[in-house]
Amino acid sequence: MNLLYSEVEDDLRAAVRDVLADHCPPGAVPARVEGGEPYDRGLWRVLAADLGVAGLLVPEKLGGQGATAREVAVVMEELGGAVAPVPFLGSAVLATTALLGCATGEPAVADLLGRLAAGTETAALAVSLASAPGAPFPAAVRADADGRLTGVVTAVADAAAAGVLVVPATGPHGSGLYAVAAADAAVEPFVSLDLTRPLSDVRLAAAPARLLPAGDAAAALDAALLTGAGLLASEQLGVAQWCLDETVRYLGQRHQFGRVVGGFQSLKHRLADLWLEVVSARAAARAAADALAGDGRDAGVEVRVAQAYVSGVAVHAAEEGVQLHGGIGMTWEHPLHLYLKRAKADEIALGTPGRHRAALGALVGLPAVG
Amino acid sequence: MAEHPTPTPEDLRSRTRTLLEEPRPTPLDFLRARFDAGLAWVHFPEGLGGLGAPRALQAVVDAELAAAGAPDNDPRRIGIGLGMAAPTILRYGTAEQKERFLRPLWTGEEVWCQLFSEPGAGSDLAGLRTRAVRDGDDWVVDGQKVWTSSAHNARWAILIARTDPDVPKHQGITYFVCDMTDPGVEVRPLRQITGEAEFNEVFLTGVRIPDAHRLGAVGDGWRVAQATLMNERVAIGGLALPREGGMIAPVAKTWRERPELRTAELHDRLLGLWVEAEVTRLGAERVRQQMAAGAPGPEGSGLKLAFARLNQRVSGFEVELLGEDGLRYGDWTMVRPEKVDFYGRDAGYRYLRAKGNSIEGGTSEILRNIIAERVLGLPSEPRTDKDVAWKDLPR
Ligand SMILES: Cc1cc2nc3c(=O)[nH]c(=O)nc-3n(C[C@H](O)[C@H](O)[C@H](O)COP(=O)(O)OP(=O)(O)OC[C@H]3O[C@@H](n4cnc5c(N)ncnc54)[C@H](O)[C@@H]3O)c2cc1C
Repeated sequence: MNLLYSEVEDDLRAAVRDVLADHCPPGAVPARVEGGEPYDRGLWRVLAADLGVAGLLVPEKLGGQGATAREVAVVMEELGGAVAPVPFLGSAVLATTALLGCATGEPAVADLLGRLAAGTETAALAVSLASAPGAPFPAAVRADADGRLTGVVTAVADAAAAGVLVVPATGPHGSGLYAVAAADAAVEPFVSLDLTRPLSDVRLAAAPARLLPAGDAAAALDAALLTGAGLLASEQLGVAQWCLDETVRYLGQRHQFGRVVGGFQSLKHRLADLWLEVVSARAAARAAADALAGDGRDAGVEVRVAQAYVSGVAVHAAEEGVQLHGGIGMTWEHPLHLYLKRAKADEIALGTPGRHRAALGALVGLPAVG
Repeated sequence: MAEHPTPTPEDLRSRTRTLLEEPRPTPLDFLRARFDAGLAWVHFPEGLGGLGAPRALQAVVDAELAAAGAPDNDPRRIGIGLGMAAPTILRYGTAEQKERFLRPLWTGEEVWCQLFSEPGAGSDLAGLRTRAVRDGDDWVVDGQKVWTSSAHNARWAILIARTDPDVPKHQGITYFVCDMTDPGVEVRPLRQITGEAEFNEVFLTGVRIPDAHRLGAVGDGWRVAQATLMNERVAIGGLALPREGGMIAPVAKTWRERPELRTAELHDRLLGLWVEAEVTRLGAERVRQQMAAGAPGPEGSGLKLAFARLNQRVSGFEVELLGEDGLRYGDWTMVRPEKVDFYGRDAGYRYLRAKGNSIEGGTSEILRNIIAERVLGLPSEPRTDKDVAWKDLPR
């Protein structure tokens, strides 16, 4: 197990950070999310197409970068640290991993993966963001005999930015993953707690769809949710690190009672504890990414450990950030609230900490009552 | 001197096998031979039990020896020697001191203890008042130390004492190796919360220490002690454990073996602690990887803090989980144990012994101060004692 960052990963981080500094300073995000266009499409184009991060997980022969979850995790950290309003999780992680679990030799799958990797197409995986790995295959959408889909999927991440929806549906041939053009579905954004990751309900009424050939669609979907959950821990780490850094910076220059407020011991101790949580969160998030990048044998445990732990750290860091900023932490103008909202939404996303703990109990042989 | 290439894992494996081939009459013979083969601590220099190899390669040797069932040096008996005295001697000792002390320290022939804390100087260790006065080639030491773990077993001690009361407190301290068999050393047991007396109070009356047993320059003892304390914190917090090792292991075992104890609420808390144990293990593993890669980060400062918190929470849970059995305690008899053992004996012992984890080696409050100031760059505590001669400090 390698818990460090490689040189390649450091370089990737620097490149993503440069782009974010140019396009998406945190101070500019609150204004954007109030406009009619919650996603930063310009930023997404640069990241996805120019930098190639959308294709990190896609093998080179399909037009991607042939990288692993370790590199994707570094991108997630940086995007979390900027609460960047881009559909990376929905498209480059969830939809892409679901497609990678299908028959990638088949043109329908290979072609879509190629376009996603090139950044010319954006997709979303049509499941509730609150879905957890290990849950039964969703029953919300039915496929009819000629492959048309009908049903409603609620709380889908990044659907509003997607051209293609990857939809789990059950039909005459059993469980399958289908590609639906977003234009053939009703994608209805709702007012989301997390302003920088808008969610939508997706309504399908006999929508034309294409079955994506897969050996085991349920396994492909579950692998996508597991990968998403594991990588979300890195996003949560990025959120937590930003909140810690920003709070330390602020308290290092704020004066009250004729002293730097950050010199009061009660605050120093709270920040030291928070620092330790973030340090531990980094080890956990790295372990999950490394396990997903390897043969995956240990990924089930490390992903659950990371989710069960890092979710709470992100929320705690954001909550401490708000409290320790005083009044300014309560304002709409200061970007902290975006981090709090992301952290709180991420706590629910892809399984709550309690669900991950319960799943872990089964995996490591610590059974529940009865 | 000839340049030796860094040994590869394969070299180490074959050296270890060669060591194992020859029969040794006693475990001590084996340990001495292992030291002399450079396989004691491979990152130490050649001739001092090592091969100048990366620290990470020790695992290769240890795995090979464990597989062969070779005797070990029982680290819990000699933790202070291994974790604190040895790295300090290596860094600040003279050639003669390294030659004399390191081999019997490592083999366990000589136990070490740490004479740092005093009744009036704990967290504020630099305020210590034990005096060392030069007398010819010797120093004469008078004072009292306290909380000295393993003093009753120790042949040697690392000791800090005041050699100059006329300068500010951090400047007038010197670091020594003290012979615990000196007639002026009196060790009295201090019974602790667990019933046993793992630590002691130590009275030093006219103890003579040859100047050749000074570590580092006169007046430079605070800097030398920093090396000891840093190593102490890593030694306590940085232990390599397998998954579900350490304090969580007996809890998981109880959970599996005693279904009648299970409730839904305990289950969720158990898994929360299991997660914390795994995350703490991963954090320590990450620090070890950073050190092995030659890029230590500030993360090391958090190890002991995390370890103390985890041990206290897990052991508290264990007593509660046991229900009625948690009402029993193994044995309150006052014994003076051979070893420092965090995990041994029963749940009640573990719970009580873990209380010390946030006090020994620097309290958790002091560690938080250190992290806030040195890692996060926040202002230091207001101080009134910095530029005042030690003898003029308010008492
Ligand atoms: C099991 C055990 C084994 C030990 N073994 C050894 C040994 O072998 N050798 C040795 O030399 N010592 C040993 N010690 C001593 C240990 O290092 C000291 O107990 C420790 O440094 C604290 O000092 P103190 O007991 O004087 O407490 P004090 O320093 O008096 O602290 C009292 C309380 O005040 C807090 N406090 C003090 N200063 C500050 C501050 N600036 N900011 C915030 N809070 C503060 C402390 O955290 C603590 O909670 C051992 C202790 C224990 C418990």
